[in-house]
Amino acid sequence: MQRIGVFVCHCGTNIAGTVDVKAVAEALKTEPGVVFSTDYQYMCSQAGQDIIKNAIAEHKLTGIVVCSCSPRMHETTFRKTAAAAGLNPYMVEIANIREQCSWVHKEMEVGTEKAIILGKAAVAKVNLNTPLIPGESPVTKRALVIGGGIAGIQTALDIADAGFPVDIVETKPTIGGKMAQLDKTFPTLDCAACILTPKMVDVAQNEKIRIFSYSEVTEVKGFVGSFDVTIKRRARYVKEDVCTGCGLCTEKCPQKKVPNEFNLGMDNRRAIYIPFAQAVPKVATIDPNYCTMLKTGKCGVCSKVCTVGAIDYKAQDEYVQEKYGAIVVATGFNPISMEKFDEYAYAQSKDVITSLEFERLTNAAGPTQGKLLRPSDGEHPHTIVFVQCVGSRCESCAEKGKEYCSKICCMYTAKHAMLTRDKYPDTDVYVFYIDVRTPGKNFDEFYRRAVEEYGVHYIKGMVGKVSPEGKKLKVQASDLIAGKQLHIDADLVVLAAAIEPDKSARPLATMLTASMDTNDFFTEAHPKLRPVESPTAGVFLSGACQGPKDIPETVSQAGAAASKVIGLLCKDKLTGNPCVAHSNEWMCNGCSTCEKVCPYGAITYIDKEFRMPDRTTKVRRVASVNEAVCQGCGACTVACMSGAMDLKGFLNKQIMAEVDAICK
Amino acid sequence: MQEIKREILTAKAAELLENGTVTRVLGWKRGEFDYDVTPAVFESAAELEEGFVWNDFCGANFSKYLIKETAKGEGKVLVFLKPCDTYSFNQLLTEHRFDREKVYAVGVPCAGMLDISRIKESAEGVLAVRTEGDQVLVDTLYDGTLTLDRAELLPDRCKHCKSKKHVAYDELLGEEGEVLDSHRFDEVEALEKMTPDERFAFWQNELSRCIRCNACRDVCPACTCEKCVFDNPESGVENKAAATSFEEKMFHIIRAFHVVGRCTDCGECSRVCPQHIPLHLLNRKFIKDIDNFYGEYQAGAEVGSRAPIVNYTEGDLEPGEAVKRGETHA
Repeated sequence: MQRIGVFVCHCGTNIAGTVDVKAVAEALKTEPGVVFSTDYQYMCSQAGQDIIKNAIAEHKLTGIVVCSCSPRMHETTFRKTAAAAGLNPYMVEIANIREQCSWVHKEMEVGTEKAIILGKAAVAKVNLNTPLIPGESPVTKRALVIGGGIAGIQTALDIADAGFPVDIVETKPTIGGKMAQLDKTFPTLDCAACILTPKMVDVAQNEKIRIFSYSEVTEVKGFVGSFDVTIKRRARYVKEDVCTGCGLCTEKCPQKKVPNEFNLGMDNRRAIYIPFAQAVPKVATIDPNYCTMLKTGKCGVCSKVCTVGAIDYKAQDEYVQEKYGAIVVATGFNPISMEKFDEYAYAQSKDVITSLEFERLTNAAGPTQGKLLRPSDGEHPHTIVFVQCVGSRCESCAEKGKEYCSKICCMYTAKHAMLTRDKYPDTDVYVFYIDVRTPGKNFDEFYRRAVEEYGVHYIKGMVGKVSPEGKKLKVQASDLIAGKQLHIDADLVVLAAAIEPDKSARPLATMLTASMDTNDFFTEAHPKLRPVESPTAGVFLSGACQGPKDIPETVSQAGAAASKVIGLLCKDKLTGNPCVAHSNEWMCNGCSTCEKVCPYGAITYIDKEFRMPDRTTKVRRVASVNEAVCQGCGACTVACMSGAMDLKGFLNKQIMAEVDAICK
Repeated sequence: MQEIKREILTAKAAELLENGTVTRVLGWKRGEFDYDVTPAVFESAAELEEGFVWNDFCGANFSKYLIKETAKGEGKVLVFLKPCDTYSFNQLLTEHRFDREKVYAVGVPCAGMLDISRIKESAEGVLAVRTEGDQVLVDTLYDGTLTLDRAELLPDRCKHCKSKKHVAYDELLGEEGEVLDSHRFDEVEALEKMTPDERFAFWQNELSRCIRCNACRDVCPACTCEKCVFDNPESGVENKAAATSFEEKMFHIIRAFHVVGRCTDCGECSRVCPQHIPLHLLNRKFIKDIDNFYGEYQAGAEVGSRAPIVNYTEGDLEPGEAVKRGETHA
């Protein structure tokens, strides 16, 4: 029989406000096995922990129940407390009477009753607890960064700087991401390329960093410290280690009519291309959708002009397998599609563009060499209307937009407006906004400058309709402050499109078993205290894959994610989780169901000799769990019909005992 | 009468025993009455000649018997499988429950078996039963020979036969059949259309007759655990006294959950139930839901297939969607 101590925490008024903690301690005193029961204001405090330690010694406790907050908060704390007093840490159970009780109930009577029931369930479980000893698992001292934008680049550089090898996997032919497409950056207006490309070069030159560009992660197995990852290297039909990036092929290729995705389709590139001058790796790539040679077998111009023989039309996709200790997700964002926003005539007029297209139009390496010209006729626009929050904060238009604030649009629109007025003072610039959000260092000052020094017309109100008429775009809008309708004949309309996570994020989350929110942004382990870690151990988050972010924020988070990775990779061994599955071989049917449902590949089947009760020997097929690989998710235990598979620390009979205690 | 004559089966079995292909034959033998047919093991031509039966009451599915029979020693076991039996056969192979190498499977066509309880509804003192075309002639103790419509005497599983196709065999006697469009979910749909209260009352009525004889579990080819949870005091579900009338349903509900995605809908549970509880409807509801949520899946159609319930694909239904569709197919 166990000797159980019960410790009921007030958590200030967090619990005691809605739960009669004294009554809970009193009620649990008479539960089977309970020999001591008390309450205290803050169990997690030093004084509270001392109460637990003293009680363990004084009453010779063999198990304890702490009625307090969620085990995610303080289970580790109390396990350490128990261990310090000489008790096996797995003899501790938490009854969550805060999140699952006091916070969700308003009436003392109801809250107290439920707290007692939860406490009884925990006592019932502890009665069946047994001491558990965790194992250890090794740490592979290499990190994987998925995504090669500024977030991935910064994370990789920081990890490599600490001396650990890092691989970056990027789906595009070059790293650089969205930042490489930007012209200037707020609030200091330095050129994006000038600050990004040196970092890209650093990545290329860093011996610790490998870049798998034009590649994607196709499979992730394993667990923290020991992930097995398969990376698909798509065939680029150019030998990466041979190509010098001279660019001759990209000039001679006869297929000239390929929409240039780097310039968002506003000009054309060749079928063999280098996305932009500072691309890393600076290697050409053949676009198989457009290459005449690959499609018809007739052409071969690039191969003829290549002086180093880098072209390989027979190249195949290759798969690389590598082990990693930690994985950083940095898959970034994309502007949402504007196709559904008919009111802004994006699909009808070439002169209605997105802000990212505007960036390319003003960039010296863009389709117009940086001259701000209308896409339709190449003329200089004299009236420009910027529309903010297109698809952002859009509660009523969930089918085409997003409910959240995209965060970066206020600032980049201020930047666009300011730069336009600076370069082309003869241009009238209007910005329509719901409200202007500028929380960031020097952000509000930046916005004020746009209004006060550069004379940008900021109008509170939304644009209702944009209709192309002749060479003009008729803009109907409301000015909420003046309380009147406006009609503006614009030459160019720029839409600040909402941003959304990259489409690759969802399948990746599935592979990583990392959780996401309803908008497909990765969820952090704790929104305030663990903002760069995923709830999945060993998976970290960097940049806009976790939520809309500007560059300064992205870079800080990238560094923070790197420091978490470094902290992990510094360790030689990780203490495992002793709550792993084990199979009762006498009951195992050998049916393989558990093997099928195991997400970690921890279960294999072996043919094992058994000495039967009738003294014969029988070879039976039984499940065998690799405890180092098992993560204790319990999927196998519920799939096993006979109940042969069980989870230490969460035995079927322990859970049944909890259910029985609750239903009694 | 069945399309294949008894003599063809016994001759095939004798031949395979004779040439050493097999050492034992799993077949049917007569019990107390003509219609009381029971599984048996035959080891010689003489035994076969004397006891082997093949008639309209050979419903027993032998797949499950192979687990014990193949484990008994050297030599192969000859098993006669009707089309529906072959699905159970494959499912057990998927679950590695017996060694395929130790079995010689002979497929036998099936014209549907008769349900003696339906015969007894119209005939008292049944002595002998024989099929002639669409009719069944029943010799009775009191009323002489009665003529009944054969279609009316089929059990539900044969009336809604899902397949005349053998999905596994080493040798097939007779013609290859086809998977049928069975309407086997009609009855489930009727239950779905009931209000929850009506449905509860329906099952309350049916399951209240259960005497916990365990026949359904013992015959079920999906119930092959080394140690059944209902026989295991450690499991926490064994032998609990029913505190409320609802608890008498728990045995069947737990059993239905345990065979989910593995039940081939062979219908043995309902055949052997002495209380005539339509247990197969519980399993069919699960099969219908799986088809509805994850796409059509027939357990045992092939060896090694992964039931949707123990498989994960990115296209899997989100739980919310399942609830939504569940509401319309409650």
